[in-house]
Amino acid sequence: MSTKHSLLEVRNCSLRFGGIAALTDVSIKIEAGELLGLIGPNGAGKTSLFNILTGVYRPTEGEILFEGAHVAGLPSHAINTLGMARTFQNIRLFGSLDVGMNVRTSFIARLRNGLFNTVRRGRSFRSEEEEIQEEGRRLLSYFGLEHAALHPSRSLSYGDQRRLEIVRALATKPRLLLLDEPAAGMNPTEKEELKRLIALVRDEFGTAVLLVEHDMKVVMGICERLYVLDQGKVLASGTPAEIRANPKVITAYLGKDHGEVVG
Amino acid sequence: MFRSYHDRIKNPRLALAAGIALAALLQLCGGWIDPYTTQVILFASINVILAVSLNLIMGETGQFSLCHAAFMAVGAYSSAILTGKALPALLPHLAWTGTSWASQVTFLPVLFIAGLIAAFAGMIVGGPSLRLRGDYLAMVTLGFGEIIRVLLQNTNAVGGARGMEGILPATNLFWAIGFAAVTLYTMIALVRSTFGRGFQAVRDDEIAAAAMGINTTRFKITAFVIGAFFAGIAGALYAHAVEFISPEGFNFLRSFEIIVMVILGGLGRPVGVAVAAILITLLNEWLRDLSQYRMVVYALIIILFMIFRPTEALGSFFRRFLPLKKGTETESGNASCNAS
Repeated sequence: MSTKHSLLEVRNCSLRFGGIAALTDVSIKIEAGELLGLIGPNGAGKTSLFNILTGVYRPTEGEILFEGAHVAGLPSHAINTLGMARTFQNIRLFGSLDVGMNVRTSFIARLRNGLFNTVRRGRSFRSEEEEIQEEGRRLLSYFGLEHAALHPSRSLSYGDQRRLEIVRALATKPRLLLLDEPAAGMNPTEKEELKRLIALVRDEFGTAVLLVEHDMKVVMGICERLYVLDQGKVLASGTPAEIRANPKVITAYLGKDHGEVVG
Repeated sequence: MFRSYHDRIKNPRLALAAGIALAALLQLCGGWIDPYTTQVILFASINVILAVSLNLIMGETGQFSLCHAAFMAVGAYSSAILTGKALPALLPHLAWTGTSWASQVTFLPVLFIAGLIAAFAGMIVGGPSLRLRGDYLAMVTLGFGEIIRVLLQNTNAVGGARGMEGILPATNLFWAIGFAAVTLYTMIALVRSTFGRGFQAVRDDEIAAAAMGINTTRFKITAFVIGAFFAGIAGALYAHAVEFISPEGFNFLRSFEIIVMVILGGLGRPVGVAVAAILITLLNEWLRDLSQYRMVVYALIIILFMIFRPTEALGSFFRRFLPLKKGTETESGNASCNAS
């Protein structure tokens, strides 16, 4: 096993809830720094895949390797500490904390100062708080949210809340960022901005991105490679152009008879 | 509504020192305070410790706990055994009267040991039950509280249902007010930090907190352990203030009373909670004359408190005098004003 590992490798994973199969024999591979899309009709198992990747569920079968280490079934926080961060389809910000503090929570797992230093408020505690403050501010400014640092997170617009979720996930310093429908509820201008930001995440931070998205313009516009899920199985994979031309994908999305209509 | 981006407490140690100095001053120059008032101040301080420590569990971390009185009982009985039996047996030649220097000097370690034993109880109840949420956790903590009470009731070595009497009167204004100050400082300093925001993250959204690398179970157990530690100290102070403890004094109603203080003060607002604890202590005293109607009026006042929430406003009022700063950044400081 001395060869170079893929960043993430999902091997033959299945997830069943009783008799219902959410995922069947799914295998995908992500390389470091890649911008990967994951598409599929509603109920195809995209979010289920996210949930087994991030430890919300344990796959019924199969294994998940992150940088060569088995991560299937590890608790969420341990997976995050290894370098995989996510956002949520239904936004999950910390509602009672302001924007800046939402970002700061991502530093908790890597704090040098424990309970006693925190209560003592010594020099090492203060300098660490300053560092986190600076780092948080820098991340927020990348996403144009610096001015809102003291606003309650609930007061942000929908698009800003989604961007804050991305900042919060990025603050955990991931090597793989999983974005679950980041463009949902955004207007066309915001979507263009989002595309730019996702590219920026990859180029600036070197983070690989796995993007689940329904908006084909966004997915096709930025992803280098795509996986298509349908009914819990991998239907196809390839470059956006290949996927667009794939008859199986067209059938899955639009049904058999309409295949020709799509360009 | 919300706390600052930058959690800075101006001169935190100065605030703590001021609290302890006040405690020492009252103790040394408080000869004019009559015994009844002293007693009320002791109770108020003990209630502040209880309410502010429960606030960490319920208010900041969002874990519904119905066994705070049980942690208090563990502390009370542990310390009573220590000062009543263990210490006189270990150092028999010293005079143990409660007010003697020997009792006073050893009272601090006794308080700490009582707190640690209660913290251990907190870990025991916290460990397995924190995988449960909401109503289920409430049931488990309720059960734990009852187990402790029934255990004490049936243990003859600690007096069983009759309780323990003749406990040394070691608690004085210095210890009570001093520890109320220490508790309040610890809780505020803890929560107003990156680390401390983890408790609130767990409360707001456990799944998101875990996804951001926060070990939610550890945070919940930490909250229980710290909360129980201070409840244990409060129990020890209580035992050595009233000189008599019985299992009935630490029943479910006692836990409930502490919960009322936390809710009235505003969940997650330590200063408001402390004010509520003081007010409810005073309320209990004022209503003493009403004898059998006391609980009716008490309940009525609590309902009115719930509707009008004067303690939250009082909390914000008192917070001004504490050296807590909001929004220290110049530019973002303005933003905060606009936002609220």
